[in-house]
Amino acid sequence: MWEDIKEFASTFFVTGDPLIYGADVSIVLTILAIVFVLTKYKKWGWLWREWLTTVDHKRIGIMYLISSLLMLFRGGVDALLMRLQLAFPNLEFLHADHYNAIFTTHGTIMILFMAMPMMFGLFNMVVPLQIGARDVAFPFLNALSFWLFFLGAMLFNLSFVIGGSPDAGWLSYPPLSQNDFSPGPGQNFWIWGIQISGIGSLATGINFIVTILKMRAPGMTLSKMPLFSWSVLSSSIMIIFAFPILTVTIALLFLDRFAGAHFFTMDGGGNPMMYLNLIWMWGHPEVYIVVVPAFGIFSEVVATFSRKRIFGYKSMVWAMMVIAIASFFTWAHHFFTMGTSASVIAFFAISTMVIAIPTGVKVFNWLFTMFRGRISFKQPMLWTIAFIPCFLVGGATGVMLAVAPADYQYHNSYFLIAHFHQVLIGGVVFGYLAGIYYWWPKLFGFKLDEKLGRWGFWFWNIGFYICFMPQYALGFMGMTRRYYTYGWDRGWEDLNLVSTVGAFMMGIGFIFQVWQITYSIKHGERDTTGDPWDARTLEWSIPSPAPFYNFATVPQVKEADDWWATKQAKANGTYKPEPVHLEPIHMPKNSGIPIVMSTFWFLIGFGLTFGWVWMAVIGFIGVAVCMWVRSFQYDTDYYVPVDEVRRTEASLGRVL
Amino acid sequence: MANHHDHSHGHDHHEEHEQLKVLGFWIFVVTDCILFGTLFATYAVMMNSFAGGPTGKELFEMPGIIASTFILLTSSFTSGLAVLAMNKGKVNELIAWLAVTAALGLAFVVLEVNEFTHLVHEGATMATSGYWSSFFTLVGTHGLHVSIGLFWMVGLMMQLKRRGITAVTRRKITNLSLYWHFLDVVWIFLFTVVYLMGVM
Amino acid sequence: MSGGKMLRQIHFWILAVVTTVLLSGCGSEYLVLNPKGPVAETQYNLIIISTILCAVIIVPVLALTAFIVFRYRDKPGNKAAYKPEWAHNTALEAIWWGIPVVIIAILGYFTVRDTYVLKESPNKEVAPMTIQVTALDWKWMFTYPEQNIATVNHLEIPVGVPVHFQISAEAPMNSFWVPSLGGQVYAMAGMATELYLQADEPGEYAGFSSNFSGEKFAHMQFKVVAKPKEEFDQWVKQVKGTSPAMTKEDYNELKKQGLSETKLYSAFPEGLFEEIVERYSHGHDMEHVMQKQPAPTGDKANETSQETQQSTDMSNMHGMDHSSMKH
Repeated sequence: MWEDIKEFASTFFVTGDPLIYGADVSIVLTILAIVFVLTKYKKWGWLWREWLTTVDHKRIGIMYLISSLLMLFRGGVDALLMRLQLAFPNLEFLHADHYNAIFTTHGTIMILFMAMPMMFGLFNMVVPLQIGARDVAFPFLNALSFWLFFLGAMLFNLSFVIGGSPDAGWLSYPPLSQNDFSPGPGQNFWIWGIQISGIGSLATGINFIVTILKMRAPGMTLSKMPLFSWSVLSSSIMIIFAFPILTVTIALLFLDRFAGAHFFTMDGGGNPMMYLNLIWMWGHPEVYIVVVPAFGIFSEVVATFSRKRIFGYKSMVWAMMVIAIASFFTWAHHFFTMGTSASVIAFFAISTMVIAIPTGVKVFNWLFTMFRGRISFKQPMLWTIAFIPCFLVGGATGVMLAVAPADYQYHNSYFLIAHFHQVLIGGVVFGYLAGIYYWWPKLFGFKLDEKLGRWGFWFWNIGFYICFMPQYALGFMGMTRRYYTYGWDRGWEDLNLVSTVGAFMMGIGFIFQVWQITYSIKHGERDTTGDPWDARTLEWSIPSPAPFYNFATVPQVKEADDWWATKQAKANGTYKPEPVHLEPIHMPKNSGIPIVMSTFWFLIGFGLTFGWVWMAVIGFIGVAVCMWVRSFQYDTDYYVPVDEVRRTEASLGRVL
Repeated sequence: MANHHDHSHGHDHHEEHEQLKVLGFWIFVVTDCILFGTLFATYAVMMNSFAGGPTGKELFEMPGIIASTFILLTSSFTSGLAVLAMNKGKVNELIAWLAVTAALGLAFVVLEVNEFTHLVHEGATMATSGYWSSFFTLVGTHGLHVSIGLFWMVGLMMQLKRRGITAVTRRKITNLSLYWHFLDVVWIFLFTVVYLMGVM
Repeated sequence: MSGGKMLRQIHFWILAVVTTVLLSGCGSEYLVLNPKGPVAETQYNLIIISTILCAVIIVPVLALTAFIVFRYRDKPGNKAAYKPEWAHNTALEAIWWGIPVVIIAILGYFTVRDTYVLKESPNKEVAPMTIQVTALDWKWMFTYPEQNIATVNHLEIPVGVPVHFQISAEAPMNSFWVPSLGGQVYAMAGMATELYLQADEPGEYAGFSSNFSGEKFAHMQFKVVAKPKEEFDQWVKQVKGTSPAMTKEDYNELKKQGLSETKLYSAFPEGLFEEIVERYSHGHDMEHVMQKQPAPTGDKANETSQETQQSTDMSNMHGMDHSSMKH
């Protein structure tokens, strides 16, 4: 009996590596510490009532933000471990299989469990406030989306200590990801972690389309809607078209592994190339799904901090929509080297280059928003200005990669690695950071410290160029991605060492930002006005932090940048306040079903990862019961009485 | 007075919210279209990947398939009658038509399970070849959708019994019937692409 | 800290790095920038053309960015114009929709032209020689059907003769890449992809596997030796004279997971490569499929034309029933 248990434990838990034992210990200690603190201060009830069951979009946004920062940390540690291993030739710091697992989890986490939730965090924190709504269209579904993401991410991360990490690359190309070459639960963790959080992403896409189309404040026509909301609409449309493809693709991969199907196998009539086509039919739009909201953020930030209306609003909207559509017609550029006919390659090369056109237009519009403006270099604006040169170079190398015959030389080399890190860090991460700095006061009621933020900013930026510029050169030297080591004979050692130094500088930048957040909680400049940046859109017309019902009265919108116009009118003395007429506010009730149902999804994923069908069955039954119970709930909302609204507003310094 | 105010307001909000949910459901159906589109594309790629195993032409038994096609088409019609009854405000008639629809749906599922069992006995399983993997996945996903629809339908009949026709149940029935018609359309594609083209 | 200063910083780093790359580009370790054959040459020229075309846009825009950020900074006494409501100018916007279109059109022309060029032998005067490449876990096997010799992790080719590579795998997907001679192509089970390369000068060139295929993939590299035709013929003779012949068992041993030394074989089982491709190409009769492909449902209708076109063309890469294999 004891022997059986020992046997089971030794395959169940990942063993044999001091790094992992260290992680085990720190995970256990962290959990114990959290449990201890919650129990000591009797905070369990608070946690459940205020956070775990909340359907408030702002709180969900905050939970997304916290989770994504944790995932940024994990993905960042992965990156630093890789850079350490590559710092010198022939290092034995990591074994091949560890290195392979680490680049796999780094990529998967950074895209799906860092960028996506950070983006959803910003959607949630901003969109309803920006369009003058009291919540998203489906608050319950929104909570469900978050918990599906969160438990999917936890399932994925569990692979680090239980069962073994996936190690077939972040997109798990078959046949390598099939049972023959990747036995064990690692790949299944990858499949189910993504599958579960992917369902949440799909639901979020639906939720925000309906929110934006149907819940804008009266008077806010689409042509007066702020550009960030437009970018969310564009991104959400891409989500609903792209994510079902992902769902199907990895479901088929799982059937191959679990049920012996022959979709992507080498034998039995399977076709691995079909997987490449399908996964990139999702994967390419996915890149635009994460970058377009960053474009939206830059558009808001650049207008606010140039104290000027955004230039070429219509062009901006068109550009985003063109990008959304075109992104579905470029997937094959991820495998120009598959040896297909010249006409196919030519089509995808041109379609890829075409995307550069609307993207270029956006850059010009941002520049001309600053032109004849008055630029103040607050943190959101710093990241925006840093983004422009970074994204220009990254975009240019993207165009170079689109030149298919030249791509035969760049493909899978460090040139490619440098390119996509430049657009994903320079575009997406810089954009989201700009957004977080910008909207932070609205969510938390205080600004993040400028000085520490600037240290972080410079470490990030200088570190970025030191890390990734050498990688373009390494690509020209023939250095291929995913090599866990290399010899002295190639001449790669100098630039690799430089690159590692840069990566650690970015790590230091991140530490400064964590320090900045903890420092600012106590010492950050409090925002008493609700409009700390002298900004332009509706979210700045309400107090900070925003009350749970957002708007005491639903705003009447007359023009684009309505809040700016209102402030101008007040300054000119032409402002005619509307009589305030408070009404009871209709709000959704909290619900524990999302977290419970997602936990059952977790059971499904965990059970199928290990092939324990009984556990998956329990999970499926649990999910069905949750849906059944929810369907029978009719009492899901309530009204906030006028008195309470008045009291809340007064406590935030607004007398109505 | 305040109470009265609350009430009228609440009603508006409900109507509005129910409309949002219908729009949301339409978008969900779009995503489901893409899901099926991807499965169809997969099936098309795998159409001749028999890997030396049996072909569809050898194993399909068309009478059963045609019967289930008629059953599903009829159930789509009866679900339409259910919506008509709802619009006339006749809750019992609505429940009755839903029951007929559910019974037809159940018959469809039973026939499908039957067909799958037959195929497995003939030696065509998920693991036989790329063709059969894609066949079982495509047809099975549709069958799973129908089964989930049945589960949902039963729940709604119970809610109708308890609450009658309200803004909320009306919205739910609208969405359910949309879902049901959608599955019918998918089946027509499926019948044509998988079965008719398979035996031709 | 002013934005102008920050931009100068960023600018400095970009310039420093670009200069480093370009200056050291002459260094021999920059394989891609030192083409040793016509294919790599074509690709090198494209790299240069695309870099210049991109620079034409980027350099002025970077300069413009620096200028705008400096000129319009919010500083007391800044005399530059401030027009907070100026937000639209049709002429300007037409220009920046237009410029990228022109650049893309030029670049697209070169791209399409060379895409077609590279599908064919780079040297019409000399008949190409065929070498079959098989990616295994984690080694490369080369079979020379015309010479009837085989090698592992070692490739010898004659200078000045275009080599027609037929590439497949009996392992997870890989990619066959000799940067000094030209770009890569995937090695996939059940398919035979094609690639033409030619060396113009004798020498030793590094060959890489550039698509991740599992644990020891980083060690799956090979050496390409290009030598004059006579020396190459000599080498073939020598291999024929001194090396063992490869048997079916040898191949089965070879394909097991693991690394391998460089190996030479005086012969290999007839039709070995074709057999490897055939083993997994089972049921991939793509042309047939595509004639019958149904219209995708609903929203994907727009994609139909491209998909069909692409898939039809994909049939070409299932090289088995195509002319190349029958020579």
